[in-house]
Amino acid sequence: MKRLFLRFLILVVTTGLLFTSSCSKEGGDTIKVGEFASLTGKEATFGQSSHEGTLLAIEEINAAGGVLGKKLQLLTEDTQSKSGESATVVNKLVSRDGAVAILGEVASTRSLEAAPICQQSKIPMISPSSTNPKVTETGDFIFRVCFIDPFQGTVMANFASKSLKAGKVAVFTDVKSDYSKGLAKFFKEQFVKNGGQIVAELDFNGGDKDFKAQLTAIKAANPDAVFVPGYYTDAALIAIQARQLGLNVPLLGGDGWESEKLTEIGKDAVEGHYFSTHYHPDVGSDLSKRFVDNYRKRWSGKNPDALAACAYDSALVLADAIKRAATTDGTRVRDALATTKDFKAVTGNITINAQRDASKAAVILQVKGGKFKYLETVEP
Amino acid sequence: MTEFFQQLINGLALGAIYALIALGYTMVYGVLRFINFAHSDVLMLGAFAAYFLAPVVQSAGTGASVFSAIFIVVIAAAICAVIGMLIEFLAYRPLRQRPKLTVLITAIGVSLFIEFTGQHKAVFGANTKPFPKLLPESTINFGAVSMQSNDVVILLFTALLLAGLWLVIQHTRTGMAMRAVSFNEKAAVLMGVNINRIISFTFGLGSALAAVAGIFYAMRSPGIDPLMGMKPGLYAFVAAVIGGIGNLPGAALGGLLLGLLETFAGGIPGVSNYRDGIAFAILIVILLFKPAGLLGRIQPEKV
Amino acid sequence: MNSGAKRWLLLAIVVAFVTSCFSASFNRYYLGVAIDVGISTIMAVSLNLINGHTGQFSLGHAGFMAVGGFTAARLTLTLSSSAPPDSAQGIALFVVAMLFGGLTAAITGLAVGLPSLRLRGDYLAIVTLGFGEIIRVVFQTSETFGAATGLTGIPKQTTLFWAMSVAAVTVYVVACLVNSTYGRGFIAVHDDEVAASAMGISPTRYKVTAFVIGAFFAGVAGALYAHHKQVLKPDGFDFMKSIDYVVMVILGGMGRTAGVIIAAVLLTVLPEFLRGFAEYRMIIYSLLIIALMLLRPQGLFAFQKKSQTRS
Repeated sequence: MKRLFLRFLILVVTTGLLFTSSCSKEGGDTIKVGEFASLTGKEATFGQSSHEGTLLAIEEINAAGGVLGKKLQLLTEDTQSKSGESATVVNKLVSRDGAVAILGEVASTRSLEAAPICQQSKIPMISPSSTNPKVTETGDFIFRVCFIDPFQGTVMANFASKSLKAGKVAVFTDVKSDYSKGLAKFFKEQFVKNGGQIVAELDFNGGDKDFKAQLTAIKAANPDAVFVPGYYTDAALIAIQARQLGLNVPLLGGDGWESEKLTEIGKDAVEGHYFSTHYHPDVGSDLSKRFVDNYRKRWSGKNPDALAACAYDSALVLADAIKRAATTDGTRVRDALATTKDFKAVTGNITINAQRDASKAAVILQVKGGKFKYLETVEP
Repeated sequence: MTEFFQQLINGLALGAIYALIALGYTMVYGVLRFINFAHSDVLMLGAFAAYFLAPVVQSAGTGASVFSAIFIVVIAAAICAVIGMLIEFLAYRPLRQRPKLTVLITAIGVSLFIEFTGQHKAVFGANTKPFPKLLPESTINFGAVSMQSNDVVILLFTALLLAGLWLVIQHTRTGMAMRAVSFNEKAAVLMGVNINRIISFTFGLGSALAAVAGIFYAMRSPGIDPLMGMKPGLYAFVAAVIGGIGNLPGAALGGLLLGLLETFAGGIPGVSNYRDGIAFAILIVILLFKPAGLLGRIQPEKV
Repeated sequence: MNSGAKRWLLLAIVVAFVTSCFSASFNRYYLGVAIDVGISTIMAVSLNLINGHTGQFSLGHAGFMAVGGFTAARLTLTLSSSAPPDSAQGIALFVVAMLFGGLTAAITGLAVGLPSLRLRGDYLAIVTLGFGEIIRVVFQTSETFGAATGLTGIPKQTTLFWAMSVAAVTVYVVACLVNSTYGRGFIAVHDDEVAASAMGISPTRYKVTAFVIGAFFAGVAGALYAHHKQVLKPDGFDFMKSIDYVVMVILGGMGRTAGVIIAAVLLTVLPEFLRGFAEYRMIIYSLLIIALMLLRPQGLFAFQKKSQTRS
């Protein structure tokens, strides 16, 4: 019997030998672009939004004639919102499917998992909406088209202390999400620097449905405002339960709030709350308005959220870089990406800085009458 | 002190829901001796049934009224009862004579199947959906302590269901048969009990309770998605074990305890991030001192 | 255990070594999946010692993996500046980290194994599940281990050689243990605890031993995993991950090492083949699990066991 399984082990190892690579890098009349997103699992809703944005961009680019005379082919892999999967699927996209560049992911931890693989294979990777500073620190092939946590956290802290004149603020963080924790950290630092006071810090787990325990404690601390960095699914429920408990102070959020789902679920409970995000169609370029229209047309009336817009931009930035590099060679595309300057995108003008992050403005919006109302723009 | 009473109310309402779910786990365990992992997904299906039913029923009737709410809950519970019985018939019955672990894996398979099918675009989709108002809502204030009318409904209805369940199990023939099956299956067969019918009935009843719990859960936090059952399902499972699995009053007690515990731990700054850990730590401590749960009987080892 | 098995072990390691010499020419995707297969094998075989051979029911195996992975990765990250990944010191550090991860996991295994003295069946299952969740929550809140972000930038040290030879060693150790005179005790405890203790076999000792050894290898697997994926997040070790391994053990046939290995390979490779089906993939996967359990309830690969009489 022992023989059987040891023999089996050898079988496994030797089948590895048979797996020698057979990927076709160039060739064909398409340029293969890899995308990895959480299409199923706990964070499926974010991954699907992001995927819809990317796909729309690729389709539009192809309709306009493609890049370098070739059509772009989007290869999408699902990460199931699980850690461990991203490394596998990005390996697959890069080494087996011959993707020339990688787009993804929303969650910083999953982008961090894929980044070393792209870096080692010299394949440029653009994350649409991973805001953790560590992501692009992995290496010079890793880029992003969104701002980073320190910027957004600071923006909201300044808004709270200057525009809202809040002196005491409570922070309610998603303990499972590094995005939420990152924003909370930089918000706290700046807010205290501005002379404010953090009166309560409570935590929840992303995906929770019951927040009353923590909100009761927050109410007891009597804050002027509550900072709730997190995603719209949680934020809407938090707003509802805060109203029910009589916690009638403004809630503040980040770009994770931007989705029509926020008002759809939260209804009148989210009225009057504020959040920062990438753009607003009213003050954005024609491109932004066109994007919103086309997205609605393509995805049967659904309004795009911030994740879709960033994903759309990531594909545009990549196509532009390939065009300028006039090749799909990883290193040359990387160089082109690094010199992206004032690129007109949906979420504003994108300039890639020395840290390979997009430096662009943030806007602050308020929920008014079930719509997002533009308040102010904050330059980096 | 206001904070304490507020948390007490929060915890009781949450605990009542856990208790309803835990009853389903414990009943199935009583007759089949295995943990039905798919129970938490039946809860989700209950909430979605109400989500799809509500617009239809409310537009046909008088909008969000007590009558339409009861109608919706009853139909959703009936749908879930049928689904529960179907799951048992298709996936568990063929394995009745097999080791319980085999059935457990099948249950995990069923649970994954429901979750991933639900996440598919053509079914529910992964998006969080806004749950409609089933009842006119208002806030009742006692000084600074506020209570939702929904919470009152949940607490009253849960108490009613528990009493009803107790009557069914203690004072009907079917209930007696259920107790017989859980006490000794072979002897029950010899006494002329139709085991298949009783097990089907238990699954139906448990799934109906899960559906009601799912709707209550969605009424408190009106955002539903295909994975919404995972967390309350896990907590209710823990509650059932704390109370002594297979024991009905134990499940209700465990549910309330866990709801209160989660709420009070969640309200303390610096502790709220350990909330899930604390629930399990208390579970372990209780099991170390009462290895069969709070109200469970320790069965002596038979040689 | 005869010397024949030792020869097989040696041969397996040599083959693993030779194959990994050519690994540079492999497609990295297949290489990655092959390493995943090795890690799953270690996890499934070590869990099989607890759940299969000893008849306990642990639902917290991913917790041990997390303990091993996080402590090992923390060690390499702290010392990596003085021992660059490519150097001999780097590899030595990796080996030390693996052992360290295994050791911390084994200590945790002792802590989890002790309650098993009083509990059995479903109660033990829920306690191990609870321990697994507590471990996850602790890592999630601990700044030392990166809190919600987890640990990133872990040097890539796990090669096909390490994954495969540790898998071979795990299989060897578990097989030797179970087939030795001492190890018969595990099976005795599994078959009938009361009868075993009547024969002078201490069920307590065997149960705790199974937990400690099983946890040790899970910890080593965690270290391999950390240095393979290069990123560790506490979220990745929730109880669904433990369930993955439980499914492997039960599908392979409880207590059947050969079957469990095949199930580990199959369940790691199968989802890769299903990637083409995109959003239908997990639906198909779950249906396959249900179908397999209905058609082969005794385990897919319940081969004949070597002359073991069972009641």
